[in-house]
Amino acid sequence: MNIVTLIVALLTGLFASLGLGGGMILIIYLTLFNSTNQLEAQGINLLFFIPIAVLSIIVHTKNKLIDWKFCIPSIICGVLFAIIGTFLANIFGSSILTKMFAVFIFIIGLKELFSKESPKE
Amino acid sequence: MSKLYSYISGAVIGLINGIFGSGGGIIAVPMLKKNGLEVKKSHATSLAITMPLSIVSCFFYAKNGNLNFSFAIKLIPLGLIGAAIGGFIIKKIPDKILKRVFGLMLIIAGVRLFTK
Repeated sequence: MNIVTLIVALLTGLFASLGLGGGMILIIYLTLFNSTNQLEAQGINLLFFIPIAVLSIIVHTKNKLIDWKFCIPSIICGVLFAIIGTFLANIFGSSILTKMFAVFIFIIGLKELFSKESPKE
Repeated sequence: MSKLYSYISGAVIGLINGIFGSGGGIIAVPMLKKNGLEVKKSHATSLAITMPLSIVSCFFYAKNGNLNFSFAIKLIPLGLIGAAIGGFIIKKIPDKILKRVFGLMLIIAGVRLFTK
């Protein structure tokens, strides 16, 4: 494992803990610069994300930054659709998923770059 | 906050998380903000939603043979250090600039991936 991969892991953890889409950074790096196929990159990211999320949730809970009331119904419904999503990903396969992911991050990128800040920010 | 909205948000976040193995959080944050949560709380709450969804998605990725367990494990220690740094600076960082830089990076990466 090279030093760049490790730096990307550090940055991914940092961005993920801020809720700023860290996982995308890791997937982009793995697919563009590490010749990993899309599905495998996504799988790596999912496993990578879990302990980071757990740690971040502990810290954010201490800082009273988590609205647990909203979470529970979202999680219940989200689990079901996450299962559907994983099966769809498997059906699409890596090459179609890469294109879909490219379009997805492009749209998110435009949104992040040009969105106006809300008054609460 | 309406319960129905929570369910719908969860469905969208879950689907994105399952299909792309990421992106759930970035979808969740604006949904939470729309429901009146302040920015930092939205970011933190999005993690509490996407974490269990990622466990489920990860399980099915592994079941479908799409998980390189040994590679992912090696990345985790540095990821945790990054997350620890993030946890301590979340209240201090100017996320406006960070978002713009991140957005630009996604656009470039999107084009490169599409034309790969």
